[in-house]
Amino acid sequence: MSDNEDDLILSDLNDDELTEQMMDDLYDGLKDEIEESVRILLERKWTPYDILTKALVSGMQIVGDDFRDGILFVPEVLRAAQAMKGGMAILKPLLVETGAPKMGKMVIGTVKGDIHDIGKNLVAMMMEGAGFEIIDLGINTEAASYIGTAEAEGADIIGMSALLTTTMPYMKTVIESLSAQGLRDKYIVLCGGAPLNEEFGRAIGADAYCDDAAIAVETAKRLIAARHNQL
Amino acid sequence: MTDAPLPNALSKLLETRDWLMADGATGTTLFNMGLSSGDAPELWNVDKPENITRLYLGAVEAGSDIFLTNSFGGTASRLKLHKSEHRVHELNKAAAEIGRNVADRAGRVVIVAGSMGPTGEIMEPMGPLSYSAAVEMFHEQAEGLKAGGADVAWIETISAADEYKAAAEGATLAGLPWVGTMSFDTAGRTMMGVTSAQLADMVEKMPMPPVAYGANCGTGSSDLLRTVLGFSAQGHERPIIAKGNAGIPRYMDGHIHYDGTPELMGDYACMARDAGATIIGGCCGTTPEHLRAMKEALETRPRGERPTLELIVAKLGGFSSTSDGTDDKGPAKRERSGRRRARD
Repeated sequence: MSDNEDDLILSDLNDDELTEQMMDDLYDGLKDEIEESVRILLERKWTPYDILTKALVSGMQIVGDDFRDGILFVPEVLRAAQAMKGGMAILKPLLVETGAPKMGKMVIGTVKGDIHDIGKNLVAMMMEGAGFEIIDLGINTEAASYIGTAEAEGADIIGMSALLTTTMPYMKTVIESLSAQGLRDKYIVLCGGAPLNEEFGRAIGADAYCDDAAIAVETAKRLIAARHNQL
Repeated sequence: MTDAPLPNALSKLLETRDWLMADGATGTTLFNMGLSSGDAPELWNVDKPENITRLYLGAVEAGSDIFLTNSFGGTASRLKLHKSEHRVHELNKAAAEIGRNVADRAGRVVIVAGSMGPTGEIMEPMGPLSYSAAVEMFHEQAEGLKAGGADVAWIETISAADEYKAAAEGATLAGLPWVGTMSFDTAGRTMMGVTSAQLADMVEKMPMPPVAYGANCGTGSSDLLRTVLGFSAQGHERPIIAKGNAGIPRYMDGHIHYDGTPELMGDYACMARDAGATIIGGCCGTTPEHLRAMKEALETRPRGERPTLELIVAKLGGFSSTSDGTDDKGPAKRERSGRRRARD
């Protein structure tokens, strides 16, 4: 096969081929290609919501699964997320205009005293990749900041990250503060971080402990769906 | 070019002994002394030096040949959180000075290893930290450690190859010999995907190679031993470091406990030696009690065969993943069409 035959004209692909190609391109973290494909699908009168869910979110799901399974690692996921972000930047204003359904809103941050934000950033990016709206409070986050922002923004989920054994207990402080204000049941509380486990999540009263960013997305989807079913 | 490391206290000690014991946990120990959740341990080098003396003495009295200074988060980027980024030199120097005093009174040769942990930032092009900025931060830290009398820079818990190299360059600029360990905590690789075999081969190609290299922290001690097997399988002569956690953290009554017993850590220490490690210690959760058990086991038990993966599982428990990326048995990447848009 010559090099020329390998070269691809994205706009020559039919819709199925193009979405399949987008999944490859997300996997390889190719931002320019993703942006071009998003524009092509818009020209073909796809709704912004369909492009988001059927191409980008499905593609990021594969990235997330392979990250969870130890096939992809942080650098590849960051590249994929950057490509996703390129596509999202085009879609975001259009999604608002068209009143597309929302997955949910999450306030996320690394807890007080902890500056490790790599895991937290991955969760934020994968959640965005899954269509959630994210408000990122950054590192060293106080209980009042989590709760105040969640209240002001009408969030559904509070996500806390800690990497150090010395900062993990602060997650419990945040949950106790929520309870003291009578707000515990209003939010889905997710926690994660390298030294944590499910047992820890239960012990501090979180809704779930998430092993990695892919599991955080799955858990958030599941708990949001369960919540909707209750209403 | 791979020069032999210049003579230094650690390489001299390595010439006289066929294994050395390093220390255990720093964070766990300081937490038990009342360090508050979220406070910078490095501030205690100046504010509570008596506690840092006790920390070091705990390792020395348990028989450690090497202990690490309380300077893991001593780079400007880490101290910034505590608004202390202007105190890098002072805090690192104090960490090493306290260590020098303890080591010089030990009555035997004890190595003061200046701990240098990760910056906590992702390096370019994935993240904001440039290679030169990272070198500068590590260099600043290493100068402080050297001024306080550290024998060697002890780079640890690194996950990215570039950050490992930057820290090594920083130590070398300060004129310190160095060792460097990575944390293999993600399916047997580092968070950034580095395998044990890749690290072993990488250090041999560095312009100023380490006195020793290896693994610390990560997940359980089983995983850590698998990583050590991965290093030694590459067949290089350079000494290997094994510093594994004392089991897995558990949350009980508002505190974090590690579930590895001193007996298990004794088994771990001997298996690490059999797997090819020369410098053996603990990491999170490893108390002086664990260290004493490790020392006794290393001194009294004979060397054994290179452990198999099955033996590691039988003695210390299962691995966190089926493959560690060195055996081609892991799951494969998604099959892509391999076709690309034409580039202008």
